[in-house]
Amino acid sequence: MPTVMLRHMLSGQRGVVSKVIANGELGRRIRDMGLVPGTPIMIQGRAPLKDPVAVRVRNFTLTLRNNEADFIHVEVEDH
Amino acid sequence: MGPINRSEILIALAGNPNSGKSTLFNAITGARQHVGNYPGITVEKKEGFYDFNGRSLRLVDLPGTYSLTAYSLEERVARELLANERPAAVINVVDASNLERNLYLTVQILEMGIPVIVALNMVDVAKGRGIEIDAQLLAERLGFPVVPTVARRGEGKTELMEKVLAFADENQRREPLRLYYGPDIDPVLDDMEREIAASGFLTEVYPPRWTALKYLEADEQILDAGNAADPEVSRRLLEKAHRVTEHIKATLDSYPEAIIADHRYGFITALLKGGVVRKSPRADRLYLSDQIDKVLTNRFFGPLVMVLILYAVYQFTFRYSEIPVNLLEKVFSALGDWCLATLPEGPLRSLLVSGIIDGVGGVLGFVPLIVFMFFAIAFLEDTGYLARCAYMLDRIFRIFGLHGNSFMAYIISGGIAGGCAVPGVMATRTLRSSRERLATLLTVPFMNCGAKLPVFALLIASFFSEHRAQMMFLLTILSWSMALFLAKLIRVTLLKGPSTPFLLELPPYRLPTFKGLLIHTWERTWQYIQKAGSVILAISILLWALMTYPGLPEERREAFQAERLAVVEALPSPYREAAASGEPPDAGAPPAVRAAWERLRALDAGESRDALMYSFAGRMGRSLEALTRWCGFDWRTNVALVGGFAAKEVIISTLGTAYSLGETDSEESLSLSRRLQKDPQWNPLVALTAMVFIMLYSPCFVTVTCIVKESGTWKWGLFSMVFSTTIAFILAVLLYQIGRALGFGA
Repeated sequence: MPTVMLRHMLSGQRGVVSKVIANGELGRRIRDMGLVPGTPIMIQGRAPLKDPVAVRVRNFTLTLRNNEADFIHVEVEDH
Repeated sequence: MGPINRSEILIALAGNPNSGKSTLFNAITGARQHVGNYPGITVEKKEGFYDFNGRSLRLVDLPGTYSLTAYSLEERVARELLANERPAAVINVVDASNLERNLYLTVQILEMGIPVIVALNMVDVAKGRGIEIDAQLLAERLGFPVVPTVARRGEGKTELMEKVLAFADENQRREPLRLYYGPDIDPVLDDMEREIAASGFLTEVYPPRWTALKYLEADEQILDAGNAADPEVSRRLLEKAHRVTEHIKATLDSYPEAIIADHRYGFITALLKGGVVRKSPRADRLYLSDQIDKVLTNRFFGPLVMVLILYAVYQFTFRYSEIPVNLLEKVFSALGDWCLATLPEGPLRSLLVSGIIDGVGGVLGFVPLIVFMFFAIAFLEDTGYLARCAYMLDRIFRIFGLHGNSFMAYIISGGIAGGCAVPGVMATRTLRSSRERLATLLTVPFMNCGAKLPVFALLIASFFSEHRAQMMFLLTILSWSMALFLAKLIRVTLLKGPSTPFLLELPPYRLPTFKGLLIHTWERTWQYIQKAGSVILAISILLWALMTYPGLPEERREAFQAERLAVVEALPSPYREAAASGEPPDAGAPPAVRAAWERLRALDAGESRDALMYSFAGRMGRSLEALTRWCGFDWRTNVALVGGFAAKEVIISTLGTAYSLGETDSEESLSLSRRLQKDPQWNPLVALTAMVFIMLYSPCFVTVTCIVKESGTWKWGLFSMVFSTTIAFILAVLLYQIGRALGFGA
């Protein structure tokens, strides 16, 4: 399965988080929200200006900015 | 700290934002709650009481958090309270349809060694989504009670409180939860734990293993506390933590805190395995909420709907609050009239009417507006729509160093002309990060609030009557550009720093409970009345004194009095008494009587103008001329601007006094507008300069008071006054000088 950065995923695409390379405050925030390796996610949509991105994770919807999504690597189902 | 007070048991309520924590808190405590701030910070502190079988429980509602790291103020407050006050138990409210993430906080509380009762909330919503949870089994695995609840309807409340009391009565120190964090972390953790326990390092407050974990997670707050307590032990712990961090980086390309978080989630996953959570196949389909979002956050419809909703909020607030606002105004003016009628003329009456009643009236007059605005915001917030607005607008606001949520504050303050900066400043509470929040706080007063509008209307009518709409539009654009530009300026200088991470949950749409909305609205309104009231009264008395003292010297007053007497004496005797009483003459009175009456009014107005010029404020105005002549303002405008600090509407009434309305050169008395047109001091260029200055200079003191309160320090209130006035002055001078150089406003 190919690994991409969360920013590059398409709307509606599913995948599993493989790595979170942020530490410090951002890293903690991401993990507090439940984005740890092994978590299935789906791209739910993007804001009208294509940023931030809305992600469905663990039964809720999380939004984050594209430049924060760059710290999250995802194994996607297929392209 | 101290022994547990037997007569009053402390219970803390903890939980994620949007887990229904506040609803449960309201359901339990009902009306017996009060809101304040935690000392020195602006995080709200809610407390309530609950009597059960003759026992009294004190409930503290902790701020909603996702975890107990110490990055945000909310998390720090929650953690400090748990550690220092050691509540008898924590009611942990978790959202049943979102169990995995919600239990992350639970695990962290358990690691602190505090007894937890889980309120499994919104089980009805979860069921509707095809998620069923075996509370019994979950309780067995956790080793703590789990009570299903539906907070909106108060279901499960009694059972929950029974369990809480039973738990508090056991009053035994629970052992902190011990999780295992894998072969890299565990040996070091055990080693550190032993050292901490042996040396009694911070053990007064925190369990040893917990402190060790925080050293591994590089938690700054605990590191600082540790350094202060015992630098030697702290140094050794740091060394160990450093070694394992290096090792994990080299072998796993990761960080200890990441591995710790992974294992916590691993523990939660194991907890929920084997029948605790049963999902029907429909649990994965798109919920109603997501379907609504397909429209409401759609690229094309989203912004459109947002504009409509904001317009509706605006209409609701400013249209429907108009009636009570007018009513209150009438009450206060009636009270003023009553004082005028009953009290003898003199400084006391003047203080009561112009100082106190006007000042307090000014504050209370805002209250209906604030009630309506907060109700509307609470509604948008509780339904979950506000989070969508932030999501859609974040990209634009980020350019200016702000946050998606800043938008709401701008709109309320007068982004669509006619708002009010007071609720705008208070609405910045929805912003979680301090840098963006302060930048928003300091720039919302640049918006064209409802009090600036009559001043603009007057000046536009006097000098730009041909282009009213265009001028208003220009002023709106200008205020937005200035606010955003200055926000950017503040963010790259004073409040420098990267933007705070934007990780925002979009909660499912929910219909708020009416009771919740009312409580929400009332809390904020009451805080406004309390905190703003006292300061505002003091400042309004000060401004009154500035504009009243020192009174005219005796001989000048006597001169006015003599002239008045002369006018009255000149009248035929039947009319003298009526003229002296100040009553307007009847319609049938001879023209001479009418002229005399007008002459008397003109003398009154002239006396108040002279008194104003002679007062401290007048002297201030005249000495400020040295500065303000650079932007074309004379002393009369200056005094009006000083008065405008009380409230921008005062600018008009003060100008009226300064230009002594009522003086009659000819038959008709001139309106202020005509008077300004005729005055050589004024011209379109001066008018435009004045409007720009009024738009930007110091916010009124009600707003300043709110800035002080919301930022938690006087520093930012003072800064706001100085910064705004400086910017306004610079811009006004530039505008006036360039305009003159180009030949406008001869």
